[in-house]
Amino acid sequence: MDILYLLIPLSTALVLLILGVFAWALHRGQFEDLEREGERILQDEPALVDADQTRAVQRTEQSTTV
Amino acid sequence: MAVISKSAAPIYTDDTVRWFALATVVWGVVGMLVGVIIAAQLAWPQLNLGIPWLSYGRLRPLHTNAVIFAFGGCALFATSLHVVQRTCQTPLFMPWLAKLMFVGWQLVIVLAAVTLPMGLTQSREYAELIWPIDILIAVVWVSYAVVFFGTIGIRKVRHIYVANWFFGAFILAVALLHIVNNIQIPTSLTHSYSVYAGVQDAMVQWWYGHNAVGFFLTAGFLGMMYYYIPKQAERPVYSYRLSIVHFWALIFTYMWAGPHHLHYTALPDWAQSIGMVFSLVLLAPSWGGMINGIMTLSGAWHKLRDDPILKFLIVSLSFYGMSTFEGPMMSIKTVNALSHYTDWTVGHVHSGALGWVGLISMGSMYYLIPKLFGRKDMYSVRAIELHFWVATIGIVLYIAAMWIAGVMQGLMWRAINPDGTLVYTFVESVKATYPFYVIRLLGGLLYLGGMLIMAWNTVMTIRVGKVASAAVPPVAAAHA
Repeated sequence: MDILYLLIPLSTALVLLILGVFAWALHRGQFEDLEREGERILQDEPALVDADQTRAVQRTEQSTTV
Repeated sequence: MAVISKSAAPIYTDDTVRWFALATVVWGVVGMLVGVIIAAQLAWPQLNLGIPWLSYGRLRPLHTNAVIFAFGGCALFATSLHVVQRTCQTPLFMPWLAKLMFVGWQLVIVLAAVTLPMGLTQSREYAELIWPIDILIAVVWVSYAVVFFGTIGIRKVRHIYVANWFFGAFILAVALLHIVNNIQIPTSLTHSYSVYAGVQDAMVQWWYGHNAVGFFLTAGFLGMMYYYIPKQAERPVYSYRLSIVHFWALIFTYMWAGPHHLHYTALPDWAQSIGMVFSLVLLAPSWGGMINGIMTLSGAWHKLRDDPILKFLIVSLSFYGMSTFEGPMMSIKTVNALSHYTDWTVGHVHSGALGWVGLISMGSMYYLIPKLFGRKDMYSVRAIELHFWVATIGIVLYIAAMWIAGVMQGLMWRAINPDGTLVYTFVESVKATYPFYVIRLLGGLLYLGGMLIMAWNTVMTIRVGKVASAAVPPVAAAHA
């Protein structure tokens, strides 16, 4: 079962990588204020725009932002 | 402020999402049709018409590849590229690469549809495609990773929504699995040998095979679940905290469960037992996720009564719960001694595939497709309801038939006379299975019928709708 000398280190390396990513997420504050994050996806509903309205929308955005 | 107006047009790049969504419907019909054909061949073998290209051994991998990688794959691409843009509030990173990825993946599917009926195969389950196609898959996959992680890199929202974590883990794990399992030494353009041999090869194959289930057919679709259920129910996930725990627990555990596919083989006993223990542990994160998804509807159960899309999404989760309970039970060695090599396994796979993967994809597409064509709903909401019931009845017929057939086969194969000879010959068990094959075919036909209703509904939605772009909403300062 020499293959286990490949698969076990590979899986262990993967677990270490996962731990690394988890530590990154933890330290970068990904898990602060979790409940609000769950709710935010409900608030970002984009307005549907027709293909030919696209330019008009950009124009209005420009005029409001300038 | 002027800087904002000069930046790229604030429109989501939905064209690739749209193409993948339509490809999902097309390949769903094709893959399920091939499934129905081979189900009929099992009941009536003469239906291969004596033509090698239509024989069961060649069409079966065509069916699995079509439903998993063409239907499931396109559904995953459409939804992940949609969700990552919406939750990061930014258009796609390198949109041209996403377009190229669409073309590349369709090419992979067409090549599969040509080579498999020709009998060109690596003979590795769920990794049958020959080495040149494997290389093309790797290239497409790297492009996918660049687009997806690039989009996360340019996100306008600091927090990375949980669905993206699931999609991200799915992309990375599948890349690793695909490469390690397909290391082959080519002998010609269409033939190659695996670098592994014997039981080593079997172990790599099932390390791949089970993780393909775990990451391709589970993690990716959980990403769909965590976005489209809250959106359709218009409520946040029941516990966002639990969803984070669900993610980390699931990806830590899945990688080790593969050996349960090799119980009572030449694989060392201890490796089999490790596989069994990790499979049992998997029950916890799986059910945590299922409960989290279903409880998202708590306080809004009435929505389930008249929203067929929610029916798709929530019933898919109940099938997820059912098959993630059944799976660990079947990985227990004593249960496996009865279930392995029987149609029970086929029933288990299909309760996951038709019930979980299929229904969650269809529900997500019913949410997504109208929005991609500038409409609030599909052309016919009643057709969605009809599709739901036809598909659900189909699944129940299918898996009940396979459960009964499987347990019956297991019992017949192990029945021994007092003098130690077998009570039944193998062909007697085949004969006894015949009625269940017919019931399974009926279930499959219903499921395919549901998919055809969806295809009709999609065509009508496109005809009455028109291609719409969606503006990226401004990011609230607090979130930036």
